[in-house]
Amino acid sequence: MTVFPFLFWVIALLTAGCAVAVVVSQNVVRMAAWLLFALGGAAGVFFLLGADFVGATQLLVYVGGTLVLVVFGVMLTAQGPFISMKTSAAEWGISAVVGLLLFGVLAASLITATWQSSDVTKRLRSDMAESRDTVNVGKGFAGLEVGPAHNATNDTTAGSQNRVHTSYLLPFEIISVHLLVVLVGAAYLARAKRRRRGTEPLAMRS
Amino acid sequence: MQEIGLNHFLILGAVLFVCGVVCMATKRNAIGVLMGVELVLNGANVNFVAFAAYSADSAFSIESKVFALFVIVLAAAEAAIALAIVLNFYNNHMTVDVDTAEELKG
Repeated sequence: MTVFPFLFWVIALLTAGCAVAVVVSQNVVRMAAWLLFALGGAAGVFFLLGADFVGATQLLVYVGGTLVLVVFGVMLTAQGPFISMKTSAAEWGISAVVGLLLFGVLAASLITATWQSSDVTKRLRSDMAESRDTVNVGKGFAGLEVGPAHNATNDTTAGSQNRVHTSYLLPFEIISVHLLVVLVGAAYLARAKRRRRGTEPLAMRS
Repeated sequence: MQEIGLNHFLILGAVLFVCGVVCMATKRNAIGVLMGVELVLNGANVNFVAFAAYSADSAFSIESKVFALFVIVLAAAEAAIALAIVLNFYNNHMTVDVDTAEELKG
């Protein structure tokens, strides 16, 4: 057995097991811990597939940022009865049946699917071993070298016109502005405000 | 043991997706629901990167990774907003049970 299937099975079983543990676990603190390992396992899958930059971003942003945010949310709200809120057995049964059905549909459609490219399921791309992933993603963002349709025309001078339209600089800028808006919105929503019992509509109703 | 192909990674993504959906459906804690969303987005990301690695002649190799990066960033933004909403809800109602959030019920 070569090292690739061995690593795949180890990482895939770790990731899937931790994802199932997130679902099964009732304690929200333990759910956060299992989610940490599941996200780390997904980062391992990305590294295994040669997507170094995506895996590193997953570790930095997801595991290092988002999960810390989630853990802070858990710590700020986990008091007494909210740490472990039980789900009734009937809901467990229904959701297990629905989940297994959904997984059956997804797995059946994946296995029976025929992909357009003939050798797509056979082997990994050969240039994956060069590990120039970060360079390629950077070129994709800068619009220097992108896409299958443009590789054919890259050699000619006509290809240079296409390169401008397919850069990901504009989505990159949009997503950075989006992050700024989210930052302002989150600070606005979560700000500490004085509670005025009589004037709040929610308090009046309840 | 057969060779590891694209379908293996896609089924791993499907496992993550289904776990996220079931987590969203069963958890009563609002933060648990948020964790389900994270799992769903990670399943989609595994699919993106698997297609990037297995696509022939570098088709979608860059696009998939760029999309995966966008998904990661958007998930971070979504988690920030959702946690702000959850904290606001907790401040107003002293609970994080999503079953009690019924002010908007018609």
